[in-house]
Amino acid sequence: MTKPLYERPTLVRHQMGMMNKFGRAQAMQPLESIDGVSVDELVKTYGSPLFVFSEADLVARYRELHDLLALRYRKIRIAWSYKTNYLDAICKVFHREGAYAEVVSEFEYDKAMRMGIDPTHVHFNGPLKSEATLERVLPAGTVIHIDHFDEMAAAERVAERQGIRPKVAVRVNMAVESVPPWSRFGFNLESGQAMEAIRRLIAGDKLELAGVHCHLGTFITDPAAYKQAAAKLAHLANTLRSEHGVLLEFIDVGGGFASHNTLKAQYLPGEQATPSFSRYVEALTEGLSQLDCDPRDLPTLVLENGRALVDDAGYLVSTVVANKRLRDGRRGLVVDAGVNTLFTSFWYNHDVVSAQPFRGIPEPTVIYGPLCMNIDVVRDTLVFPAMSVGDRLVLKNVGAYNVTQWMQFITYRPAVVMVGRDGKHGLIRRREQLEDIVGPEEVPDWL
Amino acid sequence: MTIPQKLRDLAISETGFLFDPYTGSTFSANEPGLTVLEGLREGLGVADIATRLRESFDVPAAADVERDVGEFVHLLRRSGLVPEEFTA
Ligand SMILES: Cc1ncc(COP(=O)(O)O)c(C=O)c1O
Repeated sequence: MTKPLYERPTLVRHQMGMMNKFGRAQAMQPLESIDGVSVDELVKTYGSPLFVFSEADLVARYRELHDLLALRYRKIRIAWSYKTNYLDAICKVFHREGAYAEVVSEFEYDKAMRMGIDPTHVHFNGPLKSEATLERVLPAGTVIHIDHFDEMAAAERVAERQGIRPKVAVRVNMAVESVPPWSRFGFNLESGQAMEAIRRLIAGDKLELAGVHCHLGTFITDPAAYKQAAAKLAHLANTLRSEHGVLLEFIDVGGGFASHNTLKAQYLPGEQATPSFSRYVEALTEGLSQLDCDPRDLPTLVLENGRALVDDAGYLVSTVVANKRLRDGRRGLVVDAGVNTLFTSFWYNHDVVSAQPFRGIPEPTVIYGPLCMNIDVVRDTLVFPAMSVGDRLVLKNVGAYNVTQWMQFITYRPAVVMVGRDGKHGLIRRREQLEDIVGPEEVPDWL
Repeated sequence: MTIPQKLRDLAISETGFLFDPYTGSTFSANEPGLTVLEGLREGLGVADIATRLRESFDVPAAADVERDVGEFVHLLRRSGLVPEEFTA
Protein backbone atom coordinates (compact mmCIF):
# COMPACT_ATOMS: atom_id res chain seq x y z
CA MET A 1 0.00 0.00 0.00
CA THR A 2 1.42 3.40 -0.89
CA LYS A 3 1.60 5.92 1.89
CA PRO A 4 -0.07 9.32 1.53
CA LEU A 5 2.28 12.11 0.54
CA TYR A 6 3.67 14.07 3.48
CA GLU A 7 2.84 17.70 3.93
CA ARG A 8 3.84 19.87 6.86
CA PRO A 9 1.45 19.39 9.81
CA THR A 10 -0.72 22.43 10.10
CA LEU A 11 -3.77 23.86 11.75
CA VAL A 12 -6.06 26.71 10.75
CA ARG A 13 -8.54 28.51 12.92
CA HIS A 14 -11.96 29.01 11.34
CA GLN A 15 -12.65 32.68 11.19
CA MET A 16 -15.75 34.55 10.23
CA GLY A 17 -14.95 36.83 7.33
CA MET A 18 -11.47 35.40 6.86
CA MET A 19 -12.01 34.79 3.19
CA ASN A 20 -13.08 38.37 2.60
CA LYS A 21 -10.14 39.75 4.44
CA PHE A 22 -7.41 37.61 2.99
CA GLY A 23 -8.65 36.51 -0.40
CA ARG A 24 -10.68 33.77 -1.92
CA ALA A 25 -8.79 30.66 -0.98
CA GLN A 26 -11.56 28.27 -1.88
CA ALA A 27 -11.79 29.62 -5.39
CA MET A 28 -8.11 29.14 -6.07
CA GLN A 29 -7.30 26.99 -9.06
CA PRO A 30 -3.71 26.21 -9.93
CA LEU A 31 -2.49 28.01 -13.04
CA GLU A 32 -0.44 25.31 -14.71
CA SER A 33 -0.24 26.87 -18.13
CA ILE A 34 -0.52 30.26 -19.81
CA ASP A 35 -2.25 30.20 -23.19
CA GLY A 36 -1.57 26.51 -23.47
CA VAL A 37 2.13 26.68 -22.61
CA SER A 38 3.09 24.95 -19.37
CA VAL A 39 4.53 27.22 -16.70
CA ASP A 40 6.94 24.45 -15.83
CA GLU A 41 8.28 24.32 -19.37
CA LEU A 42 8.64 28.12 -19.47
CA VAL A 43 10.68 28.17 -16.27
CA LYS A 44 12.82 25.26 -17.40
CA THR A 45 13.55 27.13 -20.63
CA TYR A 46 13.99 30.69 -19.37
CA GLY A 47 14.66 30.46 -15.63
CA SER A 48 12.94 31.85 -12.55
CA PRO A 49 11.71 34.41 -11.76
CA LEU A 50 10.11 35.03 -15.13
CA PHE A 51 7.73 37.60 -16.55
CA VAL A 52 5.30 36.12 -19.05
CA PHE A 53 3.07 38.12 -21.39
CA SER A 54 0.12 36.72 -23.28
CA GLU A 55 -0.10 38.07 -26.81
CA ALA A 56 -3.72 36.91 -26.99
CA ASP A 57 -4.63 38.90 -23.86
CA LEU A 58 -2.90 42.04 -25.17
CA VAL A 59 -4.76 41.84 -28.45
CA ALA A 60 -8.07 40.99 -26.82
CA ARG A 61 -7.92 43.93 -24.41
CA TYR A 62 -6.94 46.34 -27.16
CA ARG A 63 -9.67 45.18 -29.52
CA GLU A 64 -12.29 45.23 -26.80
CA LEU A 65 -11.55 48.88 -26.03
CA HIS A 66 -11.16 49.84 -29.67
CA ASP A 67 -14.36 48.20 -30.82
CA LEU A 68 -16.45 49.63 -27.99
CA LEU A 69 -15.16 53.11 -28.81
CA ALA A 70 -15.78 52.65 -32.52
CA LEU A 71 -19.36 51.63 -31.84
CA ARG A 72 -20.11 54.83 -29.97
CA TYR A 73 -17.98 57.51 -31.60
CA ARG A 74 -17.01 58.11 -35.20
CA LYS A 75 -13.38 59.10 -34.98
CA ILE A 76 -11.21 57.39 -32.46
CA ARG A 77 -7.56 56.79 -31.76
CA ILE A 78 -5.70 54.88 -29.08
CA ALA A 79 -2.16 56.05 -28.35
CA TRP A 80 -0.20 53.39 -26.48
CA SER A 81 1.27 54.84 -23.27
CA TYR A 82 4.91 53.83 -23.58
CA LYS A 83 5.84 54.39 -19.96
CA THR A 84 3.49 51.61 -18.89
CA ASN A 85 5.55 49.02 -20.74
CA TYR A 86 7.93 50.00 -23.53
CA LEU A 87 9.43 46.65 -24.41
CA ASP A 88 9.60 46.56 -28.21
CA ALA A 89 7.54 43.40 -28.49
CA ILE A 90 4.71 44.81 -26.36
CA CYS A 91 4.67 48.09 -28.32
CA LYS A 92 4.73 46.13 -31.54
CA VAL A 93 1.60 44.19 -30.64
CA PHE A 94 -0.30 47.43 -30.06
CA HIS A 95 1.13 49.24 -33.09
CA ARG A 96 0.21 46.27 -35.26
CA GLU A 97 -3.35 46.78 -34.03
CA GLY A 98 -3.18 50.40 -35.14
CA ALA A 99 -2.18 52.21 -31.95
CA TYR A 100 -0.32 55.51 -32.08
CA ALA A 101 2.44 56.11 -29.52
CA GLU A 102 2.14 58.29 -26.43
CA VAL A 103 5.57 59.24 -25.11
CA VAL A 104 6.73 61.44 -22.25
CA SER A 105 10.48 61.71 -22.80
CA GLU A 106 13.11 61.80 -25.51
CA PHE A 107 14.12 58.27 -24.54
CA GLU A 108 10.61 57.01 -25.21
CA TYR A 109 10.53 59.03 -28.42
CA ASP A 110 13.77 57.34 -29.53
CA LYS A 111 12.22 53.98 -28.76
CA ALA A 112 9.18 54.77 -30.88
CA MET A 113 11.35 56.01 -33.77
CA ARG A 114 13.46 52.89 -33.54
CA MET A 115 10.31 50.84 -33.98
CA GLY A 116 9.66 52.73 -37.20
CA ILE A 117 6.64 54.67 -35.96
CA ASP A 118 5.58 57.58 -38.16
CA PRO A 119 6.52 60.72 -36.14
CA THR A 120 3.10 62.19 -36.93
CA HIS A 121 1.64 59.20 -35.07
CA VAL A 122 3.22 60.23 -31.78
CA HIS A 123 1.66 62.28 -28.98
CA PHE A 124 4.45 63.80 -26.91
CA ASN A 125 3.48 64.53 -23.29
CA GLY A 126 5.37 65.41 -20.14
CA PRO A 127 6.74 68.48 -18.39
CA LEU A 128 10.28 68.14 -19.82
CA LYS A 129 10.81 68.62 -23.51
CA SER A 130 14.06 70.47 -24.00
CA GLU A 131 14.44 73.01 -26.76
CA ALA A 132 16.83 70.57 -28.46
CA THR A 133 14.13 67.91 -28.33
CA LEU A 134 11.59 70.33 -29.77
CA GLU A 135 14.06 71.19 -32.58
CA ARG A 136 13.96 67.55 -33.47
CA VAL A 137 10.33 66.52 -33.00
CA LEU A 138 8.37 69.57 -34.19
CA PRO A 139 9.74 69.58 -37.78
CA ALA A 140 9.05 65.84 -37.90
CA GLY A 141 5.36 66.54 -37.35
CA THR A 142 5.04 65.08 -33.87
CA VAL A 143 2.28 66.69 -31.84
CA ILE A 144 3.50 67.98 -28.50
CA HIS A 145 1.09 68.52 -25.64
CA ILE A 146 2.21 71.79 -24.09
CA ASP A 147 2.56 71.57 -20.33
CA HIS A 148 3.54 75.13 -19.31
CA PHE A 149 4.18 78.65 -20.62
CA ASP A 150 7.94 78.17 -20.79
CA GLU A 151 7.44 75.26 -23.13
CA MET A 152 5.04 77.27 -25.27
CA ALA A 153 7.66 79.99 -25.61
CA ALA A 154 10.35 77.43 -26.50
CA ALA A 155 8.09 75.84 -29.13
CA GLU A 156 7.44 79.29 -30.61
CA ARG A 157 11.15 80.00 -30.84
CA VAL A 158 11.74 76.68 -32.58
CA ALA A 159 8.87 77.31 -34.99
CA GLU A 160 10.28 80.70 -35.86
CA ARG A 161 13.83 79.45 -36.32
CA GLN A 162 12.74 76.53 -38.47
CA GLY A 163 10.15 78.45 -40.42
CA ILE A 164 7.39 75.96 -39.58
CA ARG A 165 3.94 76.11 -38.05
CA PRO A 166 3.82 72.94 -35.93
CA LYS A 167 0.66 71.31 -34.65
CA VAL A 168 0.40 71.31 -30.89
CA ALA A 169 -2.09 70.51 -28.16
CA VAL A 170 -2.59 72.18 -24.81
CA ARG A 171 -2.72 70.06 -21.71
CA VAL A 172 -5.28 71.12 -19.15
CA ASN A 173 -6.02 69.95 -15.63
CA MET A 174 -9.41 70.16 -14.01
CA ALA A 175 -11.48 69.26 -10.99
CA VAL A 176 -13.77 66.25 -11.32
CA GLU A 177 -15.60 64.53 -8.50
CA SER A 178 -13.99 61.47 -6.92
CA VAL A 179 -10.52 62.03 -8.39
CA PRO A 180 -7.86 64.06 -6.56
CA PRO A 181 -6.70 66.62 -9.15
CA TRP A 182 -3.30 66.25 -10.84
CA SER A 183 -3.03 70.02 -10.98
CA ARG A 184 0.73 70.13 -11.53
CA PHE A 185 0.41 69.14 -15.19
CA GLY A 186 -0.79 71.54 -17.84
CA PHE A 187 -2.96 74.62 -17.36
CA ASN A 188 -5.86 74.79 -14.95
CA LEU A 189 -9.27 74.92 -16.56
CA GLU A 190 -11.47 76.31 -13.79
CA SER A 191 -9.18 79.23 -12.96
CA GLY A 192 -9.17 80.42 -16.57
CA GLN A 193 -5.46 79.64 -16.96
CA ALA A 194 -6.14 77.15 -19.76
CA MET A 195 -8.13 79.70 -21.75
CA GLU A 196 -5.41 82.26 -21.16
CA ALA A 197 -2.77 79.85 -22.49
CA ILE A 198 -4.86 79.13 -25.56
CA ARG A 199 -5.47 82.82 -26.22
CA ARG A 200 -1.77 83.46 -25.97
CA LEU A 201 -1.01 80.60 -28.33
CA ILE A 202 -3.53 81.88 -30.87
CA ALA A 203 -2.32 85.47 -30.58
CA GLY A 204 1.32 84.34 -30.98
CA ASP A 205 0.25 82.87 -34.33
CA LYS A 206 3.27 80.57 -34.57
CA LEU A 207 1.72 77.30 -33.46
CA GLU A 208 -1.34 75.51 -34.78
CA LEU A 209 -3.74 74.45 -32.04
CA ALA A 210 -4.73 70.90 -33.01
CA GLY A 211 -6.01 69.51 -29.75
CA VAL A 212 -6.69 69.72 -26.06
CA HIS A 213 -5.57 67.07 -23.62
CA CYS A 214 -6.10 66.02 -20.06
CA HIS A 215 -5.02 63.00 -18.06
CA LEU A 216 -7.01 62.81 -14.85
CA GLY A 217 -4.86 60.32 -12.97
CA THR A 218 -4.40 56.60 -12.83
CA PHE A 219 -6.43 53.61 -11.65
CA ILE A 220 -9.62 55.66 -11.71
CA THR A 221 -12.42 53.34 -10.68
CA ASP A 222 -15.28 55.78 -11.19
CA PRO A 223 -16.33 56.06 -14.85
CA ALA A 224 -18.37 59.17 -14.04
CA ALA A 225 -15.09 61.08 -13.73
CA TYR A 226 -14.60 60.60 -17.48
CA LYS A 227 -18.05 61.86 -18.29
CA GLN A 228 -17.29 65.08 -16.44
CA ALA A 229 -13.85 65.45 -17.98
CA ALA A 230 -15.09 64.80 -21.51
CA ALA A 231 -17.94 67.26 -21.04
CA LYS A 232 -15.55 69.94 -19.80
CA LEU A 233 -13.24 69.41 -22.76
CA ALA A 234 -16.25 69.47 -25.11
CA HIS A 235 -17.30 72.85 -23.68
CA LEU A 236 -13.77 74.11 -24.13
CA ALA A 237 -13.87 72.97 -27.77
CA ASN A 238 -17.23 74.72 -28.24
CA THR A 239 -15.79 77.96 -26.86
CA LEU A 240 -12.74 77.71 -29.11
CA ARG A 241 -14.94 77.30 -32.15
CA SER A 242 -17.42 80.05 -31.30
CA GLU A 243 -14.92 82.60 -29.98
CA HIS A 244 -11.85 81.90 -32.09
CA GLY A 245 -13.07 79.92 -35.05
CA VAL A 246 -10.71 77.09 -34.12
CA LEU A 247 -11.82 73.57 -35.08
CA LEU A 248 -9.91 71.07 -32.97
CA GLU A 249 -8.56 67.97 -34.66
CA PHE A 250 -8.65 65.98 -31.46
CA ILE A 251 -9.71 65.80 -27.86
CA ASP A 252 -7.38 63.60 -25.82
CA VAL A 253 -8.75 62.30 -22.53
CA GLY A 254 -5.54 60.55 -21.43
CA GLY A 255 -5.47 57.14 -19.78
CA GLY A 256 -6.22 56.03 -16.25
CA PHE A 257 -8.74 53.18 -16.56
CA ALA A 258 -8.28 50.60 -13.79
CA SER A 259 -6.98 47.10 -14.43
CA HIS A 260 -8.26 44.04 -12.57
CA ASN A 261 -5.84 44.51 -9.73
CA THR A 262 -6.81 45.20 -6.12
CA LEU A 263 -5.40 48.33 -4.52
CA LYS A 264 -4.09 47.86 -0.99
CA ALA A 265 -6.84 50.02 0.45
CA GLN A 266 -9.60 48.45 -1.62
CA TYR A 267 -12.08 46.12 0.03
CA LEU A 268 -13.57 44.30 -2.95
CA PRO A 269 -11.16 42.40 -5.20
CA GLY A 270 -10.42 44.11 -8.51
CA GLU A 271 -12.03 41.23 -10.39
CA GLN A 272 -15.33 42.50 -8.99
CA ALA A 273 -14.69 46.19 -8.45
CA THR A 274 -13.07 47.28 -11.72
CA PRO A 275 -15.53 48.84 -14.17
CA SER A 276 -15.74 47.27 -17.61
CA PHE A 277 -14.39 49.11 -20.66
CA SER A 278 -17.95 49.63 -21.83
CA ARG A 279 -18.77 51.66 -18.73
CA TYR A 280 -15.78 53.96 -19.27
CA VAL A 281 -16.56 54.32 -22.96
CA GLU A 282 -20.19 55.07 -22.28
CA ALA A 283 -19.21 57.76 -19.78
CA LEU A 284 -16.74 59.34 -22.20
CA THR A 285 -19.10 59.45 -25.12
CA GLU A 286 -21.92 60.81 -22.97
CA GLY A 287 -19.61 63.64 -21.96
CA LEU A 288 -18.60 64.28 -25.57
CA SER A 289 -22.24 64.54 -26.61
CA GLN A 290 -21.93 68.12 -25.34
CA LEU A 291 -19.92 68.91 -28.46
CA ASP A 292 -21.75 71.40 -30.55
CA CYS A 293 -20.53 71.10 -34.11
CA ASP A 294 -21.26 69.70 -37.55
CA PRO A 295 -20.76 65.90 -37.42
CA ARG A 296 -18.15 66.22 -40.18
CA ASP A 297 -16.11 68.49 -37.95
CA LEU A 298 -16.13 66.20 -34.91
CA PRO A 299 -12.71 66.06 -33.30
CA THR A 300 -11.03 62.67 -33.01
CA LEU A 301 -11.32 61.16 -29.55
CA VAL A 302 -7.84 60.12 -28.39
CA LEU A 303 -7.22 57.74 -25.48
CA GLU A 304 -3.84 57.06 -23.92
CA ASN A 305 -4.51 54.01 -21.82
CA GLY A 306 -1.63 52.01 -20.47
CA ARG A 307 -2.42 50.02 -17.37
CA ALA A 308 -5.84 48.76 -18.44
CA LEU A 309 -4.49 47.38 -21.72
CA VAL A 310 -1.40 45.59 -20.49
CA ASP A 311 -1.74 44.81 -16.79
CA ASP A 312 -3.95 41.74 -17.07
CA ALA A 313 -1.77 40.25 -19.83
CA GLY A 314 1.33 40.00 -17.61
CA TYR A 315 2.29 37.25 -15.15
CA LEU A 316 5.27 36.83 -12.87
CA VAL A 317 6.33 33.26 -12.17
CA SER A 318 8.38 32.82 -9.03
CA THR A 319 9.85 29.87 -7.16
CA VAL A 320 9.59 29.04 -3.46
CA VAL A 321 13.00 29.04 -1.77
CA ALA A 322 11.91 28.58 1.86
CA ASN A 323 9.02 28.05 4.22
CA LYS A 324 8.91 29.53 7.67
CA ARG A 325 6.56 29.92 10.57
CA LEU A 326 6.15 33.48 11.79
CA ARG A 327 5.90 34.34 15.45
CA ASP A 328 2.23 35.19 15.12
CA GLY A 329 1.43 31.81 13.61
CA ARG A 330 1.16 32.88 10.00
CA ARG A 331 3.18 31.03 7.42
CA GLY A 332 5.98 32.81 5.60
CA LEU A 333 6.97 31.86 2.08
CA VAL A 334 10.25 33.16 0.72
CA VAL A 335 10.27 33.37 -3.07
CA ASP A 336 12.93 34.33 -5.60
CA ALA A 337 11.27 37.56 -6.82
CA GLY A 338 11.27 40.64 -4.60
CA VAL A 339 9.76 44.11 -4.64
CA ASN A 340 12.65 45.31 -6.81
CA THR A 341 11.30 43.08 -9.56
CA LEU A 342 7.62 43.49 -8.74
CA PHE A 343 7.47 47.19 -8.04
CA THR A 344 3.66 47.18 -8.10
CA SER A 345 3.51 45.08 -4.93
CA PHE A 346 3.75 48.42 -3.11
CA TRP A 347 0.37 49.42 -4.57
CA TYR A 348 -1.58 46.23 -4.94
CA ASN A 349 -2.52 43.05 -3.21
CA HIS A 350 -1.64 41.02 -6.25
CA ASP A 351 -3.64 37.92 -7.00
CA VAL A 352 -1.33 34.92 -6.50
CA VAL A 353 -1.98 31.33 -7.44
CA SER A 354 -0.08 28.09 -7.30
CA ALA A 355 1.45 26.85 -10.55
CA GLN A 356 0.90 23.22 -9.60
CA PRO A 357 -1.93 21.23 -8.08
CA PHE A 358 -1.91 21.46 -4.29
CA ARG A 359 -3.29 19.53 -1.40
CA GLY A 360 -3.97 20.25 2.19
CA ILE A 361 -5.62 23.20 3.82
CA PRO A 362 -4.77 26.73 2.84
CA GLU A 363 -3.66 28.98 5.68
CA PRO A 364 -2.80 32.65 6.23
CA THR A 365 0.50 33.23 4.47
CA VAL A 366 2.83 36.15 3.79
CA ILE A 367 5.00 36.05 0.67
CA TYR A 368 8.46 37.54 1.04
CA GLY A 369 11.07 38.31 -1.59
CA PRO A 370 14.79 37.52 -1.31
CA LEU A 371 16.09 41.05 -0.68
CA CYS A 372 17.23 40.90 2.91
CA MET A 373 15.20 44.04 3.58
CA ASN A 374 12.16 44.34 5.77
CA ILE A 375 10.09 46.08 3.10
CA ASP A 376 10.44 43.13 0.78
CA VAL A 377 6.88 41.85 1.10
CA VAL A 378 5.62 40.68 -2.26
CA ARG A 379 2.17 39.86 -0.96
CA ASP A 380 0.77 40.54 2.44
CA THR A 381 -1.42 38.01 4.18
CA LEU A 382 -3.55 35.86 1.98
CA VAL A 383 -4.95 32.38 2.44
CA PHE A 384 -2.64 30.17 0.48
CA PRO A 385 -2.06 26.42 0.14
CA ALA A 386 1.05 24.73 1.48
CA MET A 387 4.03 24.99 -0.86
CA SER A 388 7.29 23.11 -0.87
CA VAL A 389 10.70 24.45 -1.75
CA GLY A 390 10.97 24.45 -5.55
CA ASP A 391 7.21 24.85 -6.08
CA ARG A 392 6.14 27.73 -8.29
CA LEU A 393 3.58 30.40 -7.88
CA VAL A 394 2.19 32.90 -10.35
CA LEU A 395 1.45 36.54 -9.56
CA LYS A 396 -1.24 37.87 -11.86
CA ASN A 397 -1.95 41.25 -13.47
CA VAL A 398 1.64 42.46 -13.36
CA GLY A 399 1.95 43.72 -16.94
CA ALA A 400 1.82 47.46 -16.24
CA TYR A 401 4.70 49.58 -14.94
CA ASN A 402 6.81 46.68 -13.65
CA VAL A 403 9.13 46.11 -16.58
CA THR A 404 9.67 49.87 -16.77
CA GLN A 405 9.97 50.75 -13.08
CA TRP A 406 11.75 47.62 -11.82
CA MET A 407 15.06 48.22 -10.11
CA GLN A 408 18.33 46.48 -10.57
CA PHE A 409 19.27 45.70 -6.98
CA ILE A 410 21.62 42.99 -5.72
CA THR A 411 20.74 40.71 -8.61
CA TYR A 412 19.86 40.56 -12.29
CA ARG A 413 16.51 41.54 -13.64
CA PRO A 414 14.73 38.44 -14.91
CA ALA A 415 13.88 37.41 -18.43
CA VAL A 416 10.60 38.45 -20.02
CA VAL A 417 8.88 36.15 -22.49
CA MET A 418 5.83 36.34 -24.67
CA VAL A 419 3.50 33.45 -25.28
CA GLY A 420 2.02 33.71 -28.74
CA ARG A 421 -0.65 31.80 -30.52
CA ASP A 422 -0.40 28.06 -31.19
CA GLY A 423 1.90 27.45 -28.23
CA LYS A 424 4.70 29.64 -29.58
CA HIS A 425 6.85 31.39 -27.00
CA GLY A 426 9.98 33.49 -27.13
CA LEU A 427 12.16 35.89 -25.19
CA ILE A 428 11.24 39.54 -25.42
CA ARG A 429 13.98 40.59 -22.99
CA ARG A 430 16.69 38.24 -21.87
CA ARG A 431 17.78 37.97 -18.25
CA GLU A 432 20.43 40.54 -17.39
CA GLN A 433 24.03 39.48 -16.97
CA LEU A 434 27.02 40.99 -15.21
CA GLU A 435 28.26 42.88 -18.28
CA ASP A 436 24.91 44.72 -18.63
CA ILE A 437 25.44 46.20 -15.21
CA VAL A 438 29.17 46.81 -15.01
CA GLY A 439 29.44 47.86 -18.67
CA PRO A 440 28.77 51.58 -17.99
CA GLU A 441 31.05 51.67 -14.91
CA GLU A 442 34.49 53.28 -14.79
CA VAL A 443 37.20 53.30 -12.14
CA PRO A 444 39.15 56.63 -12.18
CA ASP A 445 42.87 56.06 -12.75
CA TRP A 446 43.91 57.44 -9.35
CA LEU A 447 42.22 54.56 -7.56
CA MET B 1 5.48 14.33 30.30
CA THR B 2 2.18 15.72 31.55
CA ILE B 3 -0.49 16.05 28.96
CA PRO B 4 -2.28 19.38 29.26
CA GLN B 5 -5.95 19.11 30.22
CA LYS B 6 -6.90 21.40 27.31
CA LEU B 7 -5.37 18.99 24.88
CA ARG B 8 -7.25 16.05 26.43
CA ASP B 9 -10.54 17.92 26.21
CA LEU B 10 -10.12 19.01 22.63
CA ALA B 11 -12.75 17.35 20.42
CA ILE B 12 -11.13 15.95 17.31
CA SER B 13 -13.03 14.41 14.41
CA GLU B 14 -11.53 11.98 11.94
CA THR B 15 -11.86 14.53 9.17
CA GLY B 16 -9.57 16.95 10.99
CA PHE B 17 -12.24 19.17 12.49
CA LEU B 18 -11.27 20.42 15.97
CA PHE B 19 -13.49 21.97 18.60
CA ASP B 20 -12.10 23.79 21.63
CA PRO B 21 -14.83 23.43 24.32
CA TYR B 22 -13.25 26.19 26.45
CA THR B 23 -13.58 28.94 23.86
CA GLY B 24 -15.96 27.55 21.24
CA SER B 25 -13.31 28.05 18.55
CA THR B 26 -13.09 25.57 15.71
CA PHE B 27 -10.08 24.60 13.61
CA SER B 28 -9.08 22.39 10.72
CA ALA B 29 -5.96 20.25 10.84
CA ASN B 30 -4.46 18.32 7.95
CA GLU B 31 -3.68 14.60 8.24
CA PRO B 32 -0.11 15.00 9.47
CA GLY B 33 -1.43 17.61 11.92
CA LEU B 34 -3.85 15.01 13.30
CA THR B 35 -1.01 12.52 13.64
CA VAL B 36 0.94 15.04 15.71
CA LEU B 37 -2.09 15.81 17.89
CA GLU B 38 -2.65 12.11 18.56
CA GLY B 39 1.01 11.70 19.48
CA LEU B 40 0.89 14.64 21.87
CA ARG B 41 -2.25 13.26 23.52
CA GLU B 42 -0.37 10.02 24.10
CA GLY B 43 2.45 11.98 25.69
CA LEU B 44 5.01 11.31 22.95
CA GLY B 45 7.97 13.65 22.42
CA VAL B 46 9.10 15.32 19.19
CA ALA B 47 11.41 12.50 18.10
CA ASP B 48 8.76 9.79 18.52
CA ILE B 49 6.13 11.85 16.75
CA ALA B 50 8.54 12.50 13.87
CA THR B 51 9.16 8.76 13.60
CA ARG B 52 5.46 8.12 13.47
CA LEU B 53 5.05 10.71 10.70
CA ARG B 54 7.83 9.04 8.72
CA GLU B 55 6.09 5.67 9.15
CA SER B 56 2.69 6.98 8.11
CA PHE B 57 3.58 9.27 5.24
CA ASP B 58 5.77 9.33 2.21
CA VAL B 59 8.23 11.98 3.40
CA PRO B 60 10.54 13.68 0.85
CA ALA B 61 14.23 13.47 1.72
CA ALA B 62 14.52 17.24 2.06
CA ALA B 63 11.77 17.56 4.69
CA ASP B 64 12.80 18.43 8.25
CA VAL B 65 10.07 16.61 10.13
CA GLU B 66 11.35 17.45 13.62
CA ARG B 67 11.30 21.13 12.81
CA ASP B 68 7.79 20.78 11.36
CA VAL B 69 6.57 19.17 14.59
CA GLY B 70 8.14 21.95 16.62
CA GLU B 71 6.39 24.56 14.49
CA PHE B 72 3.11 22.75 14.84
CA VAL B 73 3.42 22.82 18.63
CA HIS B 74 4.15 26.53 18.37
CA LEU B 75 0.93 26.90 16.37
CA LEU B 76 -0.97 25.05 19.10
CA ARG B 77 0.38 27.53 21.65
CA ARG B 78 -0.55 30.49 19.46
CA SER B 79 -4.02 29.04 19.02
CA GLY B 80 -4.47 28.62 22.78
CA LEU B 81 -4.86 24.84 22.48
CA VAL B 82 -1.95 24.16 24.83
CA PRO B 83 -0.58 26.40 27.59
CA GLU B 84 2.17 28.89 26.72
CA GLU B 85 4.76 26.93 28.70
CA PHE B 86 4.00 23.61 27.00
CA THR B 87 6.78 21.90 25.04
CA ALA B 88 6.80 18.47 23.50
C1 LIG C 1 -0.08 61.75 -19.93
C2 LIG C 1 -0.36 60.34 -19.61
N1 LIG C 1 -1.09 59.60 -20.45
C3 LIG C 1 -1.35 58.29 -20.21
C4 LIG C 1 -0.88 57.66 -19.08
C5 LIG C 1 -1.22 56.21 -18.85
O1 LIG C 1 -1.99 56.05 -17.70
P1 LIG C 1 -2.66 54.65 -17.30
O2 LIG C 1 -1.58 53.62 -17.29
O3 LIG C 1 -3.22 54.90 -15.94
O4 LIG C 1 -3.71 54.34 -18.31
C6 LIG C 1 -0.12 58.40 -18.16
C7 LIG C 1 0.36 57.76 -16.92
O5 LIG C 1 0.73 58.35 -15.95
C8 LIG C 1 0.15 59.76 -18.44
O6 LIG C 1 0.88 60.50 -17.59
